[in-house]
Amino acid sequence: MIKRVLFRNRLLPYLLILPEVLIVFVFFYWPSAKALFWSFTLEPPFGGVARWVGLDNFRELFSSPEYYESAGITLIFAFWTTAISMGLALLLAIFVDRVIRGLVVYRTVLMWPYAVAAPAAAVAFQFIFQPGVGFFAFLNDIWPGIWDPNIVGADAMLMVIIAASWKSITYNFIFFLAGLQTIPRTFVEAAALDGAGPIRRFITIVFPLLSPTFFFLLVINVTDSFTEGFGIINVMTQGGPGGATNILVYKIYQDGFIGLDLSGSSAQSVVLMGLVIVLTFIQFKWIERRIHYAE
Amino acid sequence: MIERTPILNAVTHTILAVGLVVMCFPLVIAFVAATLPYEAVIDVPMTLIPGGELLENAVKAWERGEFATQGVNSVVMTLGILFGKIACASLTAFAICYFNFRFRMLAFWLIFITLMLPLEVRIVPTYEVAGNALLPVQQLLEVLWLTDLVAWLSGVEVALEWNLLDTYWGLTLPLFASATATFLFRQFFLTIPEELAEAAKMDGAGPIRFFFQILLPLSKTNIAALSVIMFVFGWNQYLWPLLITTDPDMRTLVMGLENLIPSEDELPEWNVAMAGTLMVMLPPIVVVLVLQRWFVKGLLGGEK
Repeated sequence: MIKRVLFRNRLLPYLLILPEVLIVFVFFYWPSAKALFWSFTLEPPFGGVARWVGLDNFRELFSSPEYYESAGITLIFAFWTTAISMGLALLLAIFVDRVIRGLVVYRTVLMWPYAVAAPAAAVAFQFIFQPGVGFFAFLNDIWPGIWDPNIVGADAMLMVIIAASWKSITYNFIFFLAGLQTIPRTFVEAAALDGAGPIRRFITIVFPLLSPTFFFLLVINVTDSFTEGFGIINVMTQGGPGGATNILVYKIYQDGFIGLDLSGSSAQSVVLMGLVIVLTFIQFKWIERRIHYAE
Repeated sequence: MIERTPILNAVTHTILAVGLVVMCFPLVIAFVAATLPYEAVIDVPMTLIPGGELLENAVKAWERGEFATQGVNSVVMTLGILFGKIACASLTAFAICYFNFRFRMLAFWLIFITLMLPLEVRIVPTYEVAGNALLPVQQLLEVLWLTDLVAWLSGVEVALEWNLLDTYWGLTLPLFASATATFLFRQFFLTIPEELAEAAKMDGAGPIRFFFQILLPLSKTNIAALSVIMFVFGWNQYLWPLLITTDPDMRTLVMGLENLIPSEDELPEWNVAMAGTLMVMLPPIVVVLVLQRWFVKGLLGGEK
């Protein structure tokens, strides 16, 4: 789309787009292309000539049990974070949409977790979930050894999932609430006059009308949990204990930065990039519908 | 509400009250811990009654975490990202909406597609570029044998280098590009009446004058909404500063927090850590709460 009334200038438009296009080229496309290139070569970490190895890096990746383990952990993390965060956000949005008194208070309180930096939230949660001090330490007083995220993988996973879900509830809540508020009251009122109860009205009218928002958020949440778990995991568990919270993004960082395995890390990057691209395409389809629906 | 349903109303308020408690819980615990003296914070079970040592703990955290240096870095980074993003995005959107030029759609898509390439998936090569932002140019020249040509003609070895590691440019410049902001500006410019540009042209205003005197003032509300989102985004940056800074003097607050977490072999002074955490959390929370209206607008408009 373009305006009907245009300015004429040969050089100016190119100058105007230059800053952003340059940055995008240098910091997005170049590194992405580099990752692609590295994933097909064997890259010596301290300089030297790269050797073309074709699909060897990928073959190695897909035959490594650690990779599958990490992929499985990522799935668990993504699934539960998305389910908890979207579920609670939807529940809260439905009820906030019902109230008239106190709406501002509720909305305000539910707003702030979005503003909290993931690592800061992670530090707070880490204190809360410490086995020896903090809020949940009393569990260990009653049943010694029942809770220790520093040693037990499942406990660590639970802790990370709770922190990540808490962090993303606000975003989902705001979208759900906005979606609910665009649903014409008359639909719901008409159903109420026909004798449909609140639950029935939700299932047959509200939720179907909300479904574009729902799917949009679903994709965003899954994509984000692939990428944004980094801050939380790096602060709380560093992928441990024993790799129990080593999600794919964290593994890329560890293999590439700490292990200096550029080729292996790049192959992982390429796979993850592919996944994010597929999800984003799906998301675009839903955005189109959403806009169509909103207007 | 649609019908009189006292039971449902009671359920509504109960669920919301529980929801609020759950959402506030981590912050309340962090706050209580931050006010306690060391002997009280390591008590199990932990008390939920605030103590009176908030200030002492905050001062300790401030000194231990070197918050003075890091605070300056955080502010510079946040504001830099904020202005950079808004400047780049508005200029690009202006060009795309108000000029018809070759590669117009290509430029738009090039920027838009970057949504699919989050930093997390291209960590290592992006780091390489940050070590030398002119590396792409250098390597392109090498591929085209232009470096050899220059060396042969003038005897000068071409080695372009611009190191961004441990610099403010490094903290901000790579984050200037924003598909979301560009998209948002474009959407907004498209709703501006055609007559404005027509009138401006008739009065003899050039494109630059039109942009600064008409378009930008009209975009005030959009810029406000974007700024809130970008402030939170900038302040909360973690992975990127973590990668490109090694000098402790270049760290940001969000990164520095990690140093406050007590490790195994030191006193578990969680009260100090929590006081530090509260201070780091505060600026974006204040911005979001005070500018709530713009925040919601920016979030919903930007989709992401």
